[in-house]
Parts: sequence; structure tokens; C-alpha cells
Amino acid sequence: MNERLENIRQEIIEGAKELSNSKSAYEFRKKFTDSKTGKIGLLMKEMKNIRPEERAGFGKGVNELKEWALDYFAKVEEKIKKAELEKRYESEKIDVTEPSTEIKKGNLHPITQMRNQLIDVFAGMGFEIYEGSEVENDYYNFTALNTPKDHPARDMQDTFYLSPEYLLRTQTSAGQIHVMENKKPPIKILSPGKVFRSDDDATHSPMFTQMEGLVVDEKITLCDLKGMLDVFVKKIYGEGTTTRLRPSYFPFTEPSVEVDCSCFECGGKGCRLCKQTGWIEILGAGIVNKKVLENCGIDSEKYSGLAFGIGIERTAMLKYGINNIKLLFESDLRVLSQIDD
Amino acid sequence: MLVPLSWLKDYVDIDITPDELEEKLFSSGFEVEEKYEVGKDISGVVAGLVEECEGIPDTHLHLCKVNAGEQGVLQICCGADNVRAGGVYPLALIGATVYMTAKDHKTVEGVMTLKKGKLRGYESFGMLCSGVELGVTENMYPGAGYNGLLELPSDMVPGTDVKKELGLDDWIFDIAITANRPDCQSIIGIAREVAAILGKEIKFPAIDYTETEVKKEGFSVEVLAPKLCPRYIGHYVYDVTIGESPAWMKRRLALVGIDSISNIVDITNFVMKEFGQPMHAFDYEYLEGDGIVVRCANNGEKIVTLDEQEYELNENNLLICDKKKAVALAGVMGGLNSEIRDTTNQVLFESAKFARDNIRKTGRALGKHSDASARYEKGVDEYSTFFAMKRALHLVEELGCGKVSSTHCDVNTGNSIEPSPMTVSIKKVNDVLGITVPDEEILRIMKGLGFDPEINGDELKLMIPAYREDMESYPDVAEEVIRLYGYDKVVPEFMPAAKVTMGGLSLKQKRELKLKNALCEAGAYECIHYSFFSPSDLDLLRLPEDDGLRHAIKLINPINEDLSLMRTTLAPSMLNAISRNQKKGNLSGRLFEMGSIFLADELPLKDYPKERPTLCIGIFGENENFFTLKGMADHVAKTVCVEFEYEPAVKTFLHPYQTAVIKCNGEEIGYLGKTAYEVCDSLDLRTDAYILEINVEALEKYYENKPVFVPLPKFPMESRDLALVMDKNITCGQVEKVIRDSCRYVDSIKLFDKYEGGQIRKGSKSMAFTVDFRPADEAFDSETIDRFVNKILKNLKNSLDIDLRS
Repeated sequence: MNERLENIRQEIIEGAKELSNSKSAYEFRKKFTDSKTGKIGLLMKEMKNIRPEERAGFGKGVNELKEWALDYFAKVEEKIKKAELEKRYESEKIDVTEPSTEIKKGNLHPITQMRNQLIDVFAGMGFEIYEGSEVENDYYNFTALNTPKDHPARDMQDTFYLSPEYLLRTQTSAGQIHVMENKKPPIKILSPGKVFRSDDDATHSPMFTQMEGLVVDEKITLCDLKGMLDVFVKKIYGEGTTTRLRPSYFPFTEPSVEVDCSCFECGGKGCRLCKQTGWIEILGAGIVNKKVLENCGIDSEKYSGLAFGIGIERTAMLKYGINNIKLLFESDLRVLSQIDD
Repeated sequence: MLVPLSWLKDYVDIDITPDELEEKLFSSGFEVEEKYEVGKDISGVVAGLVEECEGIPDTHLHLCKVNAGEQGVLQICCGADNVRAGGVYPLALIGATVYMTAKDHKTVEGVMTLKKGKLRGYESFGMLCSGVELGVTENMYPGAGYNGLLELPSDMVPGTDVKKELGLDDWIFDIAITANRPDCQSIIGIAREVAAILGKEIKFPAIDYTETEVKKEGFSVEVLAPKLCPRYIGHYVYDVTIGESPAWMKRRLALVGIDSISNIVDITNFVMKEFGQPMHAFDYEYLEGDGIVVRCANNGEKIVTLDEQEYELNENNLLICDKKKAVALAGVMGGLNSEIRDTTNQVLFESAKFARDNIRKTGRALGKHSDASARYEKGVDEYSTFFAMKRALHLVEELGCGKVSSTHCDVNTGNSIEPSPMTVSIKKVNDVLGITVPDEEILRIMKGLGFDPEINGDELKLMIPAYREDMESYPDVAEEVIRLYGYDKVVPEFMPAAKVTMGGLSLKQKRELKLKNALCEAGAYECIHYSFFSPSDLDLLRLPEDDGLRHAIKLINPINEDLSLMRTTLAPSMLNAISRNQKKGNLSGRLFEMGSIFLADELPLKDYPKERPTLCIGIFGENENFFTLKGMADHVAKTVCVEFEYEPAVKTFLHPYQTAVIKCNGEEIGYLGKTAYEVCDSLDLRTDAYILEINVEALEKYYENKPVFVPLPKFPMESRDLALVMDKNITCGQVEKVIRDSCRYVDSIKLFDKYEGGQIRKGSKSMAFTVDFRPADEAFDSETIDRFVNKILKNLKNSLDIDLRS
């Protein structure tokens, strides 16, 4: 009897050596362990033919064989599976340095990106966004902004006219007037948009984008302008950036200032970007000329205002190091796809 | 404006370095665009006394022993013809930098550093220099123009650096003047500012002269256009001797870039630079009828200017005339007929104020510009008009080139040249600034500017000089105070007094940004194109002559024809962008632009045109087709929570069978399609291109739409595939509509196969759809689904004669 069990054991050990894959391993195991047809299963069925006094011994022997077999098969199958996986992995070897699959995604125009960043900064300060029209009339673009009839800025050289009365706005400041005519203080408005000047050369584009900011409230002063612009440059160019005001002239502000920020490239030490001065000119600003307020029916004794105008192309070009304004309007995919901030 | 430091120093003591002066001018509103030393390239050149000078046989050279003071006596080889023993010349020592000249000894070819030389076997320890080699012209230093050595004064100590003697240590400042300060377009104007900045007194130049008894009887000035010429001063000068100007005047003019012509003409130019007042001198002999008339030209009237150019004028151009003819184009240039000649012996000086816009318009219209017109365009004040004449007459006397008669005509419109009083509240001035400037500082600053201030409590009383036409009220005073007190004293604050306001984007702005972002997700790059385009762009679209898109607003003064119309469609800019990309080798891509088109009711424009926000998408490349673009359109629809419908359509610039109009709730809002091959050809496109335009304004009414959540079905969806055979002209949309209308449980309908060919009858096609049914209250059994399908098939048969494919 023990001999039979031992033979089966030997048969399993020998047979297992031939196994090459998990399917044959499964078949081989079934050949022994299947409760109806397996060799060990069949042994169990012989139980009833065994003499009662030998039954316990036989049963124990068969059970031991079964346990041993299950354990043995498990080990064998695990080994085979492992070998199989190794083979599979190896067959799926790739060259990880091959190019990636491109994710087809576009992005906003650098001007729009810059515009959104500026809007974010000023929206947080309570500015609403007002987009005026590109076509303006003479009054809103010039007269109401205290640009007298004989001012050089009104000349045909600078302004595109559509009729003697209508023109393409030369500055987003035109929007100030519409806002102030329709809204009473407190006013905090940011007015981004396309503007037009009759200039077309290496550094000028006949169309470009400005963002005008306007605050009208009680007791608005130069100190407020400085404080607000300090926050603005820190958010756009980095925490270490500071501003400097210096006198300038715009017809619609008095006093008027040019605003420089400390060079974010060199930190003010002097470099090529800031032409060794440590400062970069970023925008024009000032206290709203009281004549402008009065032109809009706002009491200039009670209220005062500040205004600033940022060239978005220039801001974006400085921030991203774009070297030619014309590139921004040529829609070359090689340019557009580079800036995704 | 060019300002030589030496000239400035005549009127104000400057005891700071050029760098410090630049910084102070900058921070008080005068940006120095450029600043350089006149002799910036010259160094190591000293006065050399030639002690011995002997010709080298068979050459033009001389071998000299030159005393260079502390540098000792040096052997120098010299080729100049005017070298002689006893002469003092500029001596460039070894290591000196001077200009290198070409063989003609005149053309400068760069800067060179002197080395020990050897000429014909003789060593030379330096070089005796000409004016050209030092960058000094005849006008800057008499004798410097000679094509040989520049002779220095014989008493100059050998070894002394020559830069001071030759004026090469002078500095030139090129200063940008803002438009509100035309009074600073002059040396005196800048001197006034520098005096205020440094707290110094201004030394006004001499303007005294003696009038003789001589009078030009009957001489008169008549101004027929007082608005264009508010002031005209004429003064008659006789016994004139035309000759050269003194060296100091020639030098001044040379430093600001003006050539010396003759004493009389130089006086006018000198005064223009000094006072900022253009002047003119007429040869009186050629003025007919003893009088000046200032009037507008007659249409077609002609004048020949000093530079022998003839101009045909119109009624907008102002003329200076004698009693018979035009003698000058006012403010721009004098006439040839009355110019100063060598023989001139009587002169009429003119100092006038002309309206700046009129001068500018005339200059632009005729394409004629001069130093005088440039100056007038910026604005001249009558204070200068008045004093400039006095200064010119003083210079006539000082130079001894004529006698000042007592014939003086001053025609004016009553403008005063006296200071005018102004009173402002100090509190208001400080309220503009946001800081409190101490009264004594305000007094100091106002005094420095010549405003003669007085303070009584809150009241600041000023006397504003007539040349400060920009000073109108307290904000102007605030600006003057802060620019001289220092902008660095402005303390940053964050609107402590302002009320809180709600900021951020409006719904419309948010939706437009969402649309743009959605298109980026769909693989498209945003473009921005000019708002104007070309008439040829409309031809590109092959539009008929009467097409509405041709009703574009014209620019009166475009840069060129290609930028002369306001866009009525965004498509041409997009097509051109695709073409440009392909020319640069970008053969596939997706682009979009959100911009305005401009629609006018009436041309020429009588009212604001409609600016309609419009979306344009352009896609190109081998992987694109009509349906990829349609996918982007549907993506746009989903972004604003609407659905688009599409109907076949025809556009002149699109494929006749691959074009559709886009509708939203029945309203036509745009189109999409494949670009017609004719258009591709004219753009040299190498791949197919597809284009879409949507009127974004028409979507605005849906901006409030929000996505609505549909609960997930409780029971599983059931689906059936239907292969259908139909006439080949029946559209997918028609079939879908019938299916959807046949059963309310239909959820989605997807076309998954199309077939046309041998296995089905001619003129027919097969389309296969997967139809999903969405159960409501209970799960559907197969009999129910069969019932739905039968109804669908029946309706398809009845309405479109569609059969199930057998």
C-alpha cells in the first residue's frame, strides 16, 4: 500500500520536471487532485474496500500524500508562473528614451495670458473689468481726456481715422470717460483692450494692447498710486521688486509719472535687460486731471482719482524674453506654443 | 534737445559733476537720453613745443624734437606741411587715443591708440595732430579745419593736456522734453530748471542795445490771421556788414549741430537755441512796399523756399508777405527771394509766435520740416518772442555787424508777457500728494522756479511767469513741488480712505475666457490678428461685388492698402495665418481667434459701428477633416451648455459639398467647412484647411445656462444596432431625427458604419446606428425593446422610405 502511495509521489515528482507552462501544470495537477478522476481522488474512493483495521492507516497515508501533493503543486506552479512572467516582461521590453506620445493641447496667446495675470492681481484689489470699443469718437479719445485740439497726439500721423469724427482709439484711457459718465464713485476699473497708432517699424506695431486702471474715490493720492503699483510689480515680477516714480507728462493726469520697476533680471545691479540702469520702465500713471473728472460730471472738489496705463505686449515681452513685438501677431505655431504660463 | 554744458554754465553756476547733473535732471522730469564728453575718444594729447625741426632728405617728412613738458623732449617724425620750429601743436603721446583718418587726412575711420613708430628709418615717439585727428572742426576751434597741424597758442605750457584748450572736455546732454514744457526747448529754459534744482540764481543774458534815430518811414506790419499768428515783432537793422561770426558763436552752434553761415543768420539760429524762439532775417532790399503782411495763402499760390524748392500752397498755409509777394512760409522756412546774401546791407528781423497745429499741418502737408518748424510745433510762448528780439538786436551790436534802427513793429493780440497771479490752497496741494510737504520747502521750490511765492496760512500766492503756460491750478503746483521735493518721498499706501469694491470678471468675460480655454483643451492655439485687413482679403474669399462682407469701414489714413479696411470677417486673417505657418514648415495645427468684426449701418461712418465679438477656428494638416472641426464646434456648444445643429450650405470660399451653417435653437450663428481648392491654391497651401466662424454675441443669451445633473439610470441601458438602407441623399441628421421622434426612451444614437457599393442597390446607401434606450421606472424586457424598434422602423419607412438592411 505504502508502495502505491510512494509511486504516486515519485510519479508527481518526475512528472513535474517535464512541465513547461501553467496550462500543462494545471492539467498535470488535475490528473492527481481532481476529486472524481484524479489518482489521489480515486485512492479515497478505495477506502470502503479497505479492511476496517487498516482504514485509519490508509486514510492517514492518502491524506498526507494529498497535502504533500497540493503543497508541491503550489510550489511548482508558482515557479512556472514566475518564469512565465519573467519571459513576458522581457518580451515587452521598451526603449524608454523613445519619444513620448504628444498630448495635443493648445494654449492662450501670450498677450491673453499676461492680461489674465494682470486682471487677477487687480481683481483681487476690487477692480472690475470694462472692455471699451475699439472704434471711438474724437471726444472720448481726446477732448474729454484733456488733449487740446492742437496737441501733437491728435495729428493724423499718430491716429487712424475712420471719418472726421470717428477713429481707432489710441489709448484705453478713452474707456475711463465712458465709465465715469455712467458710474459714480467709488470706481475701480481695469480696462484692457486693443489700441491703434499709426506706427509700423521694428519696435512698433500699428495695433497693440493696453490695460488702463482707474480709481476714483475720496482722498486718492500719489501715495495710493505708489502703494498699489508696489503690490502690482511684486505679484507680476516677484516679491523683491520695487518701484520708482519719476515726473512725466500725460494730458489726462496731473501730476503724471513714469513708473520704473527694479530690474527683476539682475535685482537692480545693472544688466543688459535694464541697460545697466537697474530699472525698467513699465508704465505711465498719475493723478487724474481734475478737468477730466469735471468733463464726466464728477465733483473734483470731493473726489480724486488715479490712473495708470500698462502696455501688455511690453510686459509680456519683458517677462518671457520675447524679442520682437511683430512675432506676437504672426500666429507662428513655433512661437505660440512656447509660452504656456 | 542738445545742451552743451559749457553753454548752460553761462547762465547758471554748476558745481556738480555731469553724472550728478544727469541724475538730478532725470529725477525732476528731464530724462537725459544721451550724455557724452565732446572729446570722449581723445586722451593722452598734450601741447608740444617744436624746438627743432629739420627736413628728412628726399621726403616730405620733418624730424622734430618736441618739448612735451614733464614727458621730456621727444623725437617725432611729422609729415604735415605747416610744422615749424617754435610752433605749439597737439602731441599725441605713446598710448594716446585719437581718430584714425583715411589717406585724405579728412575721413575718420575709427579710434586708434598711438604706438612707437618708425618712418623711413626714423623713430617717432608720438604724433603731432591735426584738428580732424582730435575731432575738432574749424567752427569748434579756429584753425582746426586746416589739413595739417592744428596750431595751439604759442604761450601754451608744453605738456599741458589740450582737451580744455580745445573744448574737448565739454559735455553734451541730449535731453528729452515732455510736451507740457515747451519753455524748456531752449538753453535758457534748461538753465532755469537747473537753477531751480541746484538752488542757484539764473544769470540772464544781456538784451540791451541802443536804437539810433534812423527810422524806416511808413513801414508797417499787418496780421490778417491773428489766430494763426498771435504775435509778430519786426525790427529794421541797417548798415549791415555780412561776415563771419566770432569763434565763440560758431563753436556754440557747432556743438548743437548747426553750421555757421554768416553773422546775421547765425544770430537768428543762436537765439533760437538760446531762447527757443525761431527767428528770421529778411534782406530788406528785396522786400517791396515797406511792409509785412501775415496772411493765409491763396489756393494755388506758390513759393520758392531758401533751399530752392517750390511749393504749391492752399488757404490753410500761413505766409509772411511783403506788400506784393510771399517772402516766407511762416514758421517753416524763408523765401529764396529775400534771403540774406553776402551783399545784404539792411535786414528785417522777425520774431513771431505761430499756432503750433497750423505749422505742424503745413509741415506735414508739404513734407517740409526745419529746425524752426520743429520748434513751433512744440509751442512757442510770447515771453520768448519778446525777449528773443531784444537778444538778437543786442547781438547785432555786440558783433558790430549792423545798426539798430528805431523801426520796431509789435503786433499782438493782447497777451501779457508779465507774470500772472495764482493762489492755491496748500492743503489741496498736499492732498494730491498724500504727504505733507513743509511750508518752507514749498517756498524754497516755488522761489527756485521763479514763482515769487508767499504763504499766508493755507494760502500760497504765486506769480507765474508768462513762459509757464502749463501752470493752471493746484495739481500743477503739486507736480512742481513733488518733482523738486523728490518722488522718493512719496510713501506707499494702500487706499486707506477708499471704499471696498467688488472686483472681478463679469459673466460675459468669464464665459468668453471659458470658451478660449475650452478651445485650448481641444488642441488649438490662440492667435491675435490686426483689426484691419486688405481689400485683397475680400477677393481671396471670392465674394461677389455686392456681398455684405465687402461693406467694410475704410481707414482714412491707413499705413498701407493691406491694412486699410476694418474686418467684417475673421476668416481671411486666419487663412493667411495658416498660409504663413505652412510656408515656415508647420504643416498641421489648430488655431483660433476671438476678435471683433466691425459692421457699419452707413458709410462713411455717422455713428459707432457695431463691434461684434466673433470666434474663428482654423485647422489644417493630414489628420484634420470636416468632422474634427465639427467636433470642435460641438465642444464650443458644450462649453456654453447648448447644442448646435448643422445644415448643408454654400459659401464662395468653401468646398461646395463640405460646408454647413451652424444653428443654435434655430438661429443661424455661423458656418464651418473645408476651404475651397481655389482659395488653397491662391494661398499656396500644402494641406487641406478647414475654417469656422461663430457669432459669439449670439451665444451671450445662453451664458446663464448651467450644466444640469441627470440622475444615473436605475436600470441598465438597452441597445440595438440597426443597419438601414436608404436613398443616398438622405442625411444622417434626418435619420436621427426620425429615430429620436419615434420613441421617448431613445437616449443616444450613434452612427457606426456607412456603406455604398455592390451589395446594395444603386442610388442607395447603408448606414448602421447603435440606438440606446434609457429605462425609466422599470427594466425593459426584450419585447418592449422590439416594440420600440418596430415603431422606429415603421416611421423610417413612412417618412423617408428607409428599410432595414436584409
